Amino acid sequence: MFEAILLTVITASTPLVIAALGELVTERSGVLNLGVEGMMIMGAVAAFATAQLTGSAYLGILGGIVGGGIFSLLFGFLTLTLVANQVATGLALTILGLGLSGQIGEAFVGMPGVRLQPIVIPLLSDIPFFGRVLFSQDLIFYMSVALVFGISWFLFKSRAGLKMRAIGDSHGSAHALGINVVRTRYLAVLFGGACAGLAGAQLSLVYTPQWVENMTAGRGWIALALVVFASWRPLRVLAGGYLFGAVGIGQLHAQLLAQSGGIAIPSQLLSALPYVATIVVLIIISHNRRTTLINTPASLGKPFVPDR
Amino acid sequence: MRIELQKRANTSVLFSILSPLLALALTLIAGAIMFGLLGKSPLNSLYIYFVEPLLDVWSLHELAIKAAPLILIAVGLSVCFRSNNWNIGAEGQFTIGAITGSILPVLNPEWHSPLILPLMLVMGMIGGALYAGIPALLKTRFNTNEILTSLMLVYIAQLFLDWLVRGPWRDPQGYNFPQTKSFQPEAVLPEILDSGRAHLGIVFALIAALALWFMMRFMLKGFQVSVLGQSERAGRFAGFSATKMVWFSMLLSGALAGLAGISEVSGSIGHVQPVISPGYGFTAIIVAFLGRLNPLGIIASGFVLALTYLGGEAAQLSLGISDKVSRVFQGLILFFVLSCDTLIHYRIRLIFNPSSAQEGKS
Repeated sequence: MFEAILLTVITASTPLVIAALGELVTERSGVLNLGVEGMMIMGAVAAFATAQLTGSAYLGILGGIVGGGIFSLLFGFLTLTLVANQVATGLALTILGLGLSGQIGEAFVGMPGVRLQPIVIPLLSDIPFFGRVLFSQDLIFYMSVALVFGISWFLFKSRAGLKMRAIGDSHGSAHALGINVVRTRYLAVLFGGACAGLAGAQLSLVYTPQWVENMTAGRGWIALALVVFASWRPLRVLAGGYLFGAVGIGQLHAQLLAQSGGIAIPSQLLSALPYVATIVVLIIISHNRRTTLINTPASLGKPFVPDR
Repeated sequence: MRIELQKRANTSVLFSILSPLLALALTLIAGAIMFGLLGKSPLNSLYIYFVEPLLDVWSLHELAIKAAPLILIAVGLSVCFRSNNWNIGAEGQFTIGAITGSILPVLNPEWHSPLILPLMLVMGMIGGALYAGIPALLKTRFNTNEILTSLMLVYIAQLFLDWLVRGPWRDPQGYNFPQTKSFQPEAVLPEILDSGRAHLGIVFALIAALALWFMMRFMLKGFQVSVLGQSERAGRFAGFSATKMVWFSMLLSGALAGLAGISEVSGSIGHVQPVISPGYGFTAIIVAFLGRLNPLGIIASGFVLALTYLGGEAAQLSLGISDKVSRVFQGLILFFVLSCDTLIHYRIRLIFNPSSAQEGKS
C-alpha cells in the first residue's frame, strides 16, 4: 500500500519537477517564459503522436522534447529577437499551444497509447523498502533525477553556468563583458522548452498513456509557481515538486476514502486543493520582500536590446 | 542573416495604426496555409470562416453576444496591463460574477420585481471585484505574484461553480441535468432589437469602453495608470501610490469581468450551468493586446475575436473541421500582434553579411 502510494506520487511529481527545472534555467538567464503550459501540452501531443506512429515510446520521448523545444523557439524569436513583452508572449504561447495541440491531437482521441515501460536496475532494485520504488522506474524518472543534479552542477560549478547567472542578474554588465546575451538566452529558452516537452511526454506516455485535450490541466502553471517556491534552486525544485505531487495524490486518495467511507466531501473541493496549496505556498514564500528580492534574477522579464 | 533592431527616436504613429492590421493580414495568410494543410481549399475556408458569419442578421446578433463579454473584460484588463498589473484570472472573476449575480434569481425564483435585474448586475460586479481583490490583497500585503495567484483562482472558481450547479443549486425538476432553474423573465437581460438575441450586454460593453477611454485620456486617474505602469519610481516621485493602483486596476477589471459574467448568464444562457464561458476571460487578453490596450481599439478587436468564435462554429458545420481551429487563430493573432508591435518602437534591419553590420556601426 505504502509502496503503491509512493509510486503514484513519483509519477505525479516527475512532470512538475522536469518542467520547473527547465523554467528555472530559462529564468536564471533572465527570461520569464509563462508559456510552460503551452510547451508542455505541445510536448505531450508530439510525444503521443510520435509514439503512436512509430510504435516506440522512446521515439515518443524524443518527439516530446523536440516538439516542446521547437515551440519554445517561437517564444525566443519574439521576445529575444523582436523584444516583445515576455509576459504577453508567454500567454500567447500557452493559448496557441492549447489550441494547436487540440487540433493535432484530434486524430488521436480515444486511441490506446504506447506506455513507456520501466527499466529495472538489477541489484539496486532489490534494496528493501525503497529499492523497488526508486530503481524500477521509467527512463523519464531517471532523467528527472539526472537533470536536478546536472543543472545544479551546471549553474553553480561550471563557467558557462556562471555566465548564464551573470546575464540573469545584469544583462547590461554581461554584455559589456563580451558575453553573448541573446545567444545564451536562446539556448536557455530552448532548454526550458525541451524540458517542458519532456514533462509533457511523461504525461502522455506514463501518467495517462492516451491523448486527452488539455491534459496538462494547469501543471505548467504549477511548475512556474514551483520555480518561485524553490527560490530558483534545482534541489528545492525536487523537494517542492514532490510536495506538490503528494498534495495531488493525497487528494485523489482522500476522494476514494471519502467515497468508500460514505463521507460527503465534495470532489470539487478536493480537486481544488493543488491550486489552493499553490497559492498558500506562494504566500509563504514571497511574503518576505527582502529574500525574494535577493533570490529573483535581477533582470528577469526585462527586455534587452544590444547597443552597438 | 541577422535581424537587428534600431530604437526609433519617437514611437511610429504610422505603425501604431498599421500594426494590428498587419497582424490580422499575417493571421489570414497563416490561416490559409493551415486550411491548405488540412486539405481544404484555403480561400473558400477563409470565406466561410471570416465572411459568411457577417452575412445574415442572426449571426450579427451572435457576434454582438460574443463581443460583449470580450470587450467588457478586455477594457478592464487594458487598465491592468497599462499599469503593469498582470491580472490573467479574468475567467475566474467572470465565473464568480456569474455566480454572485445569480444568487437572487436562483434563491428567489418567485420574486417578480423590476428591481431584481439591476441588483443582479451590481452583485455580479461586486463578486467579480472581490474575487480580483484576492490577488490584489496577496500582491500588496504579501508581495505574491498576481499572475500565478489570479490564474490558480480560475481553476478554483470553475470547480466551485461545478459544485454549486451539481449540488445545492441544481434544479430538482431538471431531470438530473446539472443546471439551475431557468431565471424568471424579470431576471433576464432584455434584448436590444426585435430582430435577434443580442442583449444589453453589448451596450454595457460599449459604455464601459467609452468611459474608460475618457478616463485614460482626460482624467488624472488615467495619467496615474500610464505613469505607474511605465515607471513605478517616476510615479512615486509624483506622489502616486503603486499599492492603490494595484487595488484600483484589479478591482476595476474584476468588476467588469463580473458584469460580463452575469450578463452572459442572464442574457444569453438564462440559467446557471457547469460551463458558462468558452474561455472569454483568456481570449479577452488577446482582445486587449490587439486593441493596443486602447479602449476604442478594443471595441474593434472585440468584434474581430468574436468573429473567430463564430467562424470556428461555421467551419465545424460547413468544413467538418473541429472548432479548435478558433483557438489556433486566436493564438496566432496574439503572436502576430506582439511581433508587429515591435515595429512601433524599433526599426527592423536585416543584415546579410558581417561587413554591412560594420557599416551600420559607424
